[in-house]
Formats: sequence, structure tokens, C-alpha cells
Amino acid sequence: MATSDLITPAPNTWCPGCGNFAIEHALKDVLTGMIDGGTPREEFVLVTGIGCHGKMADYLGINSFYAIHGRTIPVATGIALANPDLRVICCAGDGDCYGEGLEHLVFAAKRNVDITLIIHDNRVYGLTTGQYTPTSPLGFPGRSTPAGSPEYPLNPLALMVATGASFVARGYSRRLPQLRQLIRDGLSHRGLSFLEILQVCASFFNQTAYYDEHAYDLDPSEFPTRDVDRALRVAREWDYSTDSRIPLGALYRTRLPTYQEHLAAHRAGTRDPASAIRGFLDERR
Amino acid sequence: MLIGGRAGEGINRASAVLNRLMARLGRYVYMYYDYPSLIRGGHNFAIVRSADRPIGTHRERVDAVIALDRETVRQHASRLSPGGVLLFDSSVVRESVGVPVPLDEALDAEGAPPITRNSGMIGAFCRAAGIPWSLVETVFEREFGRHAGINLRVARRSFEMVEERIRIPRIDRRPLPVLTGNEAIALGLVRGGLDTYIAYPMTPTSSILHLLAGFASRTALSVVHPESEIAVILMALGGAYAGSRCAVGTSGGGFCLMTEGLSLSGMAEVPVVIVLGQRPGPSTGLPTYSCQTELLFARHAGQGEFPRLIAAPADASEAYVWSARALELAWRFQVPAILLADKTLCEGGYSAVIDPDLRVAAPDDRNAMMPGEPYLRYRITPDGVSPLRTVPSAGDVIKVNSYEHDESGTTTEDAEISAAMQRKRREKARTLGEALRAYETVDVSGPDTARVGVVTWGSTAGAVREAVDEQPLRLVRPIVLEPFPTEAFRAAVDGLERLIVVEQNWTGQLEQLMRLHGFGADGRVHRFDGRPFTVEEIVSRLAEVV
Ligand SMILES: Cc1ncc(C[n+]2csc(CCOP(=O)(O)OP(=O)(O)O)c2C)c(N)n1
Ligand code: SF4
Ligand SMILES: [Mg+2]
Repeated sequence: MATSDLITPAPNTWCPGCGNFAIEHALKDVLTGMIDGGTPREEFVLVTGIGCHGKMADYLGINSFYAIHGRTIPVATGIALANPDLRVICCAGDGDCYGEGLEHLVFAAKRNVDITLIIHDNRVYGLTTGQYTPTSPLGFPGRSTPAGSPEYPLNPLALMVATGASFVARGYSRRLPQLRQLIRDGLSHRGLSFLEILQVCASFFNQTAYYDEHAYDLDPSEFPTRDVDRALRVAREWDYSTDSRIPLGALYRTRLPTYQEHLAAHRAGTRDPASAIRGFLDERR
Repeated sequence: MLIGGRAGEGINRASAVLNRLMARLGRYVYMYYDYPSLIRGGHNFAIVRSADRPIGTHRERVDAVIALDRETVRQHASRLSPGGVLLFDSSVVRESVGVPVPLDEALDAEGAPPITRNSGMIGAFCRAAGIPWSLVETVFEREFGRHAGINLRVARRSFEMVEERIRIPRIDRRPLPVLTGNEAIALGLVRGGLDTYIAYPMTPTSSILHLLAGFASRTALSVVHPESEIAVILMALGGAYAGSRCAVGTSGGGFCLMTEGLSLSGMAEVPVVIVLGQRPGPSTGLPTYSCQTELLFARHAGQGEFPRLIAAPADASEAYVWSARALELAWRFQVPAILLADKTLCEGGYSAVIDPDLRVAAPDDRNAMMPGEPYLRYRITPDGVSPLRTVPSAGDVIKVNSYEHDESGTTTEDAEISAAMQRKRREKARTLGEALRAYETVDVSGPDTARVGVVTWGSTAGAVREAVDEQPLRLVRPIVLEPFPTEAFRAAVDGLERLIVVEQNWTGQLEQLMRLHGFGADGRVHRFDGRPFTVEEIVSRLAEVV
């Protein structure tokens, strides 16, 4: 199947200047390369949450499960368990994945399930028009917190390194070549790939100038590392609230047996249902 | 017979031994297990009843009480029928009428651990009930495997301490296996082609999870215990989308957490089977007891309008068939299917007739075919059912969606397409209802001349059936509750002048459902203390309302 139709004809409704366009095109470019390189197109599955980011399901011409708010990860886990050969990608929002469905994120890392998470972190609820999220800075004047958010933000990178994600990286919607590389690395990594993407929301939290000024690339000769302490130090360099430099790139990678590999090892061969049932009944007589 | 003791004294195991003994006497068995929600201490008891015909309930009266503690004597001695026998462990129960069994002596003589006390009491019971020692040996060996030795030696000691008091008639037949409802459900799911079972532990369905997890090591089955019931149902939907037949199990509290996923199943048309074992609420309620309070919840759970299947089997044999069928129908019609059980059924024991070769229809051929290109996940068809393909499917792009969508699965807000998709789902509900006519959806028994019908559902049928057998009444029991089998129900109540509804709740949920479909009730019998009805109770309460 040709890759020319990887962008569907569905009308695009993102705001002009939205960082989602860059993520969409980075993902499309990576998929094009992989499909042209021989990976069958039907082996890719995209799972999205509900939010502006979720529209990726309508816009990309691959298998997709447009799920519900906060629940991309359990759906993706179910798909990956049913068929470990599939390449399962989640596009989730920050409200979606760090708020409504945070428990699933922690468990995905803990299990090292072989899926690729792309978090469209615009640090705001886009689709519901501008409330604070778990990664909004302290004092963020969202529509539900007009006097300023009274909460400290969550540091998703530190959380993921600490809970066992085996590939952890941060990208930025205005650094396209790096973004492509991170997605490519995430898809080829076996285990949980966690890609936190700083995504510009043109309408409700436009941080373009701030990110452009503060972001820097990690030295590829030193990162990603398998050293958890070093990775945590880098993850903590920016706390999502106070002014500091913002490291971009992969900071942690290790190869651990995946959830699917563990489960497959527990399972033994097939037996037809009737004989399994007969065996059980015989034990009961 | 009734056997009781403190939690941790192996009452459950003892009842399994009694089940096997009765089954090997060629008798039909029913077992009720009553225990509080704790691990040690507290009072546990089991009633093992046997008969020469199929039974699905216990009675108030028992012919033997086997007491491992004083509490059993205190609470249950009064249930003994005239001529019944009370056996008690005389090392812990000092004064009582009945047959003393000095268990300390038996254990000391064998140097046996306290955990064998239950075996000691069973040994004494077997002698008192005239059960030959050779049968006791066989059953212990099957039940305890390599631990049979010490249990048998203790049983033999106490076997010799008492004399024969009663006799249980033997029937010359091949013994039927005694299964709990949960075991039957698990086997039915396997028969229905289950690939993956996903659950978060919750009484009364936890043992399905345990049993299937054990099965997983000898079959190709996957069993997963995720972080919450929210994850449970969403993993199941992900699995189904990727071609895996998935079922989940829970009780009311977990089902609350699943409702958003249930609605997603309805909208995305991704099938799932949910085993919902009822226990009394509201909230945590009585975790280890029984009720019939989730019928309307199951029917209405989830936002929006979408078709679903709800079936409520009455006993283990029926639970087996309907579990297999729930998978079959959920996949054929791409809907959520709820198997509505309760603690009585889930954890009760039943002599079960299980056909390992039960025929389960293969998914519609039409589902694999595709009239033209490209593949459209939500293709509009006359009966509302779209051809089902799962990922990966070479050359296809398969899109499922929680938003309203067009035929390709792409989000839409277009009024015409939205209405067309609602119509498609409505049509599917009708098609499902029609397909159900091929099955027995309403169980009817009793004389044609009956003028009064007793309507009930689920496990309560066991007690109602026996109560009705003794009187000129007709039993009417819908097995399928959604889509409601209106025509079969109308035929079942034909000629009746009055309908009495018996159910284990206080809002009359089946009665409300009947009214919705045009069938009024003239009387009702409700119970809501978590304990199942007994036959005697139904007989006397029916007498009040009939
Ligand atoms: C259970 C539930 N609660 C609330 C909503 C409403 N809702 C839709 S999108 C959204 C927030 C989206 O924010 P985010 O996940 O950050 O995505 P973004 O729009 O920023 O991409 C909310 C609260 C919903 N769809 N479901
Ligand atoms: S609201 Fe923000 S995130 Fe949503 S489309 Fe507009 S710019 Fe993008
Ligand atoms: Mg957001």
C-alpha cells in the first residue's frame, strides 16, 4: 500500500500555529520511512485519548482506536498483549495521561509493556478551552484557576525514570529533526518508550518564545544513559515551574524483558477447549 | 447436612469432600457456602444437600449437623429434622446432646496437625451416615492428592469412634461432577473460545480469575490482573480490537468503574463479555453474601443508548451454556454482553451437566467477507451488523471510535450521519433480539392448569422451582433479560390470572422490567438480608400472597 495517503482527507481543525501539526508530520514521516523500509502498514496501530491531540486518529491513515479520555494506555496494552507483533503507538494529552489516567502511565512503566507513548504536553487542557493541567506551572491562570494554579507541577520525566520506563525522552514541537529521531528510536525500542513532547498551544498557553530560549540538546555522546541517578538529575533540571534550562533528547534507555515477553514465558502451548474442559471435569469426579 | 466451624478451619474443603461423597453415591448435590468477609475467626458453615433428582437450593431443615465449634451447635442445632444427627467435636464443645467425637484423641493418636480436624469430623460423619470406608478412601485421595495420608488416618480414627445412625440411599448412576457457578462460567468461557480473561479481584467472581489463571499454564489462554476495573475493561476492548476474545469479571463496585468502558464498547462496537456477580450493596455492602440488585443497573449502565445482551443463568449447567453463548453473541453482534450472576450461583456447588463439545456457532461468515473496497468498519447494512475485521488485516485501515463516526470510523458531527449511526445501532438491537428466538430465553414449568404464575430470575429459581413443584403453580423465569424476550414471556404467562414475582431485592427490579414490557404483577416476595431464599420460606410466603 502506498504511503501517499498517510494523511487522511478528514478536515483538519487544529488552530493555526498549533504544535500538533509538527507532531503529526513527524510521526507521518517516521511511518513513511518504516513502511517504505518494509514494515507492513497494517502492523501500526494508533491509540488516542480525547483532547486536541486525539484528532491524530482521524488525521493519520493507519489503524486507530480513538479511545476515551485518560484511557489510551490500557487499550494499547490490551492490543499489544493480543498481538505482540503490532507496533502500538499512543498519542495522549497531558490532561489525559497525567491527570485523568495517571495510574495507567505508572503501570505501563512498571510493566515495561512494549508500546510507544507520545505525550502532547501543551501544559493545558486545549479542547476544553484552557484549564490548568498537572504540568502547568504554579500560578498558571487557567479558566478554572483564575487566581493562579495553587499546585506544583508534576515532573513526568522524573516519574517515568523512577517507575521503570525503559526509554525516556523529551522532544519539542519546534525541533522537527530531533522529534523524528526520538519517535523512530521509540518505535524501535523494545519495552515502554516514553516521549514527552513539549507542544505549543497557540490558543491557550503559547510558550514558543520561552522554550526557544531555554531549550538545549543533551550531548548524544553522554545520553541516553542507563544510569538512573544521572537520568534523574537531568530529568530534574527543569521543574516545569521555575526558570531554568530545558534539556531535550533521550535521557534514559535500557533493555529489560517486556511485559509481553514475561507473559509469553508463563504460557504453555495450546490445547483445544473441549479437552481442557474434559480434563477439568475428570478431576472433579 | 450442615458443617460449621470457625473461619480457617477448612469448612470449604470439608464441603468439597462431602460434595464428592454424595456425588459418588450417585446423588444430585447442591452446596451452599456461608462465610463472613474475613480470613480467620468468625463463623463459617456449608450446607451440602443431596437428592435423587436435580436440585438447586438448600432447605431450612438438615439431617445432620457436623460441628467443629460451639457456635455451630448454638446456631444450627435447631435446624435438625426429626431423626437427624448432631455430631460435635467433644474436645471443644463440652456439653451437647448428640454424638460426641473426641477429635483431640484422634489427632494425638496420629500426631496430626490441627488442620486435619475437618477430616476427623468427616470420618465420623461417614460412619454415622453408613458410608463405606472404601468410598471415603477414594474421595480423600481424589480431593487431597498427596496430602490424603494424614487426613485419611485421622478420618479413620474418628470413623471408628461412632456408630451408624442414618443411611443415605445410593443411586446406581455415573457420578456427576459438582461445580461451583464460577467454575462452570470459567469452563463456559473457555468453550466459547476465550483467548484472554482480565479481572481485578472482587468477591464473588474472584475464583474465576484464580481458576483461569491456573488454566493458563495448560492452554493458550492469557490471564491478566491489571491496576483497576477501569483498566480491566479497556484492556479487554483493546484486545478485542486486535482479534482476541476477551471476558472480564467483577461485582457491582467494579462494574461501576467499568461503565465508561461499557459505553465505549457500545459506541465503538467492540465486543466484550462481562461476568457480573451480584453482592448486596450499596457500596461495599455485604461482600460475601448474595442479592439480585444489579438488573436495572446492568441494563442502564453507561451513557447513551446502545444494544447489549444480559443473561442470568440459574445454576452451574446453565451458567456454562450461557457463558459460551455470551461470547458467541457478543462477537456476532459486536455488543457488550453481561452474564448476570450472584454470590449464591458463583460460589454455590451444583451437580452439573457439562457438554465439553457444546456447539458454539462460528462468527458469521459475512463478517469475514467484504462487499467492495475499501474496508469500512461501520458499514451500514440492513440488519445493523457491519462486517467485523480486526487488526492487523492486510491492506485495510481499521478505525474504531468513541466519538460518533461515519462508516469509515472517522469522527463526525453531521446530523444525518449521526442519525444513521444511531439507527444502525438500534437496528442491531432488533437483530440481536430476533437471533435470541433460536434459544430458550424463558424457562417455564408447572401444570398447564395453573392459574397463578411465579416469576423469578437467576439463582432464586432453585428454591422457587421446588416450592412450586409442591403446588399447582407455574414457574416463569426469563433467562435473557435484555433484549427482553417479550414474545416468549407472553407465551409463558398465557392463561395465568395472577403473577407473583420473587426476587432478592426490595425495589422489585424484574417486576419493573416486566411492567416496561406490559406485564403487571399481582404480588411479590422479596428478601434482602444477603441470604438466599430457602424452599420452606418461599412456600410459606407464597401462601401469604397467593
Ligand atoms: C471522563 C471525561 N471527563 C472529561 C472530559 C472532557 N474533556 C475532553 S478533552 C479534556 C481535556 C483535554 O486536555 P488534554 O488531555 O491535555 O488534551 P489537549 O486538548 O490539550 O490536547 C477534557 C477534560 C471527557 N471527554 N471525558
Ligand atoms: S487549542 Fe491549543 S492544542 Fe488545541 S488545537 Fe488549538 S492550539 Fe492546538
Ligand atoms: Mg493538553
